[in-house]
Amino acid sequence: MISLLLFGASEGGLFDFDATLPLMAAQVVLLTYILNALFFKPVGKVVEEREDYVLTSRAEAKKKLAEVEKLETDLKNQLKGARQAAQKVIAEAEDDSDKLYKEALSLANSEANASREKVRREIDSQRESALNQLKSDADKLGDLIVQKLLAAK
Amino acid sequence: MSLLRLFISLKMGTSPFVLPFAALEVGQHLYWQLGKLRIHGQVFMTSWILIGALLTLVVVGTKKMERDPKGVQNLLEFLWDYIRDLARTQIGEKVYRDWMPFIGTLFLFIFVSNWGGALIPWKLIELPSGELGAPTADINTTVALALLVSLSYFYAGLSNKGLRYFEYYVHPTPIMLPFKIVEDFTKPLSLSFRLFGNILADELVVAVLVFLVPLVLPVPVMFLGLFTSAIQALIFATLAAYYIGEAVEEHH
Repeated sequence: MISLLLFGASEGGLFDFDATLPLMAAQVVLLTYILNALFFKPVGKVVEEREDYVLTSRAEAKKKLAEVEKLETDLKNQLKGARQAAQKVIAEAEDDSDKLYKEALSLANSEANASREKVRREIDSQRESALNQLKSDADKLGDLIVQKLLAAK
Repeated sequence: MSLLRLFISLKMGTSPFVLPFAALEVGQHLYWQLGKLRIHGQVFMTSWILIGALLTLVVVGTKKMERDPKGVQNLLEFLWDYIRDLARTQIGEKVYRDWMPFIGTLFLFIFVSNWGGALIPWKLIELPSGELGAPTADINTTVALALLVSLSYFYAGLSNKGLRYFEYYVHPTPIMLPFKIVEDFTKPLSLSFRLFGNILADELVVAVLVFLVPLVLPVPVMFLGLFTSAIQALIFATLAAYYIGEAVEEHH
C-alpha cells in the first residue's frame, strides 16, 4: 500500500515521475545554452582580458623596475666618481695653496734676509768710512798739533 | 509518537488521515495536461520565476561590462571565477572550458532553486492542489539533472577518447569491471536522491517546526537549511565535474 503510494501512485506521491522529468532536462539544457551565451562567454572574455592585461602590465612594470634599478646604480656610480673627483680637486687645490704659501713665505724671508744683509753691509761700510774719516781727521789734527808745537819753538 | 505519525502522513502525501495541519501538502502536485503528457505545474512555475530572476541578474550584470568591474558585474565575475576554479580543479586544464557552462548552469540552477525555495514565501500563493516550493524538492527535477550528468560524462569520455573510453572500466584491473558498471547506475541515483532528500527534508523540517513552534525555534533551522542548500548545490556541481573529469582523464 505504502510502496504503491510512494512509487507509481496514479495520483501524486513523492516519487511521481511523469513528463516533468524530460521537460525539466530540456529546460536545463536550454538554460545551459542561454547562460553560456549571456553569462559564461561575455564574463569569461572580460575576466580573461583583464588577466592578460594584468599579466602584461606586471611584466612591463618588472621591466621598468629593472631599468630603474640599473639607472640608479649607474647614477650612484657616477655620483661616487664625481665625489672622488671633487675630493681630488680639493686636495690638489689645498696642495697648491700650501705650496704657494710656502713659496711666498720663503720668498719674503729671503727678501727680508737680503735687505737686512744689505742694510748691515751699508752700516758696516758707513761705520768703516766714518772710522776712516775719524782716523784721517785725527791724523791731520795730530799733524797740525805737531806743526804748531814745532812752530812755537 | 504524534511526531512520527506526522512524518508518516507527510511522506504518504495522499494519506487518508485528515490532520489539522493541511498546510503541509507533501507529495501533492498541481497537474498540467499537455496533450497526453502530465507535468507538475508548481515545479515549472517556480523554476520559471527563479530562472527569470537568474537571467535578469545576468543580463543586468553583463549589460555594461568594464575592465574595472562595478556593482553586479563584480558578483557575476566572482561567480564565474568560482565556477571556473571548480571546473578546472575537477575536470582538468585541458577540457574544462567545454564543460564549464554545463557545470556552472547546474550550480547556479540548483543554488537558485534551493535558496529561492527557502527564501521566497511561496506559501502565500494558494494553488488548487500542491504548493509552490524549491524545484529541486521534486524528484523529477533532480533525476533530470542527474541523468544529464550521466549523459554528459559518457559524451565527454567518448568524444575525448573515442572507444578507448571503455578502458576506464577495466582500469587498473578487469576485476573492477562490475563495480564500474554498477557505478554508472549509482552515480545518478546518489546524485538525484542526495539533492532531493536534502532539500525536501529541509522544507519538511522547517514546515514541521513552524507548525509545532511558530516562534524563534525554526529560525536557526532555516539558516541551517540555507547552509545545506548552498552546500548541496556545490556538491552536485562538484560531483558532476568530477565524473566528467574522471571520464576524460588519460590513464597511462
